[in-house]
Amino acid sequence: MTTLLAGLVTGVLFGFLLQKGRVLRYDKQLGALRLLDMTIIKFMLSNILVAMVGIYLLSDLGVVKLSIRSLNLGANLIGGLLFGLGWGLLGYCPGTSLGAIGEGRWDAVWGILGMLAGAGLYAEAYPFLKNTVLSWGILGRLTLPQVLGLNHWLVIIIFIIGSLLLFRFFEQRGL
Amino acid sequence: MAPTTSDGGWSPYLAGALSGLVSVLSVALVGKFFGASTTFVRTVGLLESIVAPTRVAQMALFQKEAPMIDWQWLFVVGIFFGSLISSLSDGSFRWQAVPDMWAQRFGPRPAPRAIAAFLGGVVAIFGARMAGGCPSGHGLSGGMQLALSSFVALICFFLGGLATARLLYGGRRSS
Repeated sequence: MTTLLAGLVTGVLFGFLLQKGRVLRYDKQLGALRLLDMTIIKFMLSNILVAMVGIYLLSDLGVVKLSIRSLNLGANLIGGLLFGLGWGLLGYCPGTSLGAIGEGRWDAVWGILGMLAGAGLYAEAYPFLKNTVLSWGILGRLTLPQVLGLNHWLVIIIFIIGSLLLFRFFEQRGL
Repeated sequence: MAPTTSDGGWSPYLAGALSGLVSVLSVALVGKFFGASTTFVRTVGLLESIVAPTRVAQMALFQKEAPMIDWQWLFVVGIFFGSLISSLSDGSFRWQAVPDMWAQRFGPRPAPRAIAAFLGGVVAIFGARMAGGCPSGHGLSGGMQLALSSFVALICFFLGGLATARLLYGGRRSS
């Protein structure tokens, strides 16, 4: 029960900040995919930078446990591309579609109905996919620091510097 | 209180960074990483259970991702309320059936937009579940942990999205 309540509170906070960042809108999502407006990239990367430092700090202190998803090339590549193709058409992600309705952009309702239908289709296709695409190229729970053979804090610092340079590029170009 | 943008929102850097703090707190206090796409599988499982409970109970995907209301389900619902609170309180709530950018390119009729959003939703969630996550689960939660699978998925999300956006709107800068 506490966990469920925590989910609701966390969602409200996240939805509030997504809306304040103005990243829920179709125009912002397509703006990024048309390389005209990088607002959603700024939001996502800022989230990642702060959370990366926090999570790895707490993980080093033994307070939290990382939860790394396995690198499954077939699933990540084909599924990822499929998601992208659909995302470009819908203009909302699974999480932001609910937030879009929250700010009155109710065309997201059609997207949510589509996503429920798609989830039903996926459940039907799952036994087949499990033995094909989902079993291709399973490489395990790898992280960037592991693959590069570097300390994670070094990778985090490089990641932060790279992101700040990207932010500067966006601002210079007015993106 | 916060540096605002021309449309009355907060800087996406600030909103994103604050949402990163929420991500860290969620993992530290409840052990939960953000995610959204599994909720659509659980919800469609709940709906299908109303008409065919025995069939749903036998399906492999619903055995893995049980049709139930969990932390993430309420997190996704919370996003709706957070966005509603934010947009009503700053006057950015707008009841809209067709996004501006879509209307400029394809006209103001709601039906084509509804069909595109529905089909986009079907493809997007199918891909997200195949890839093992959406921009929340892979993009944010995986990215902050420097997971290789998430970077691969995230790059594919954008490649697919760029392709659809180009197909719909033509090359960049033209509209």
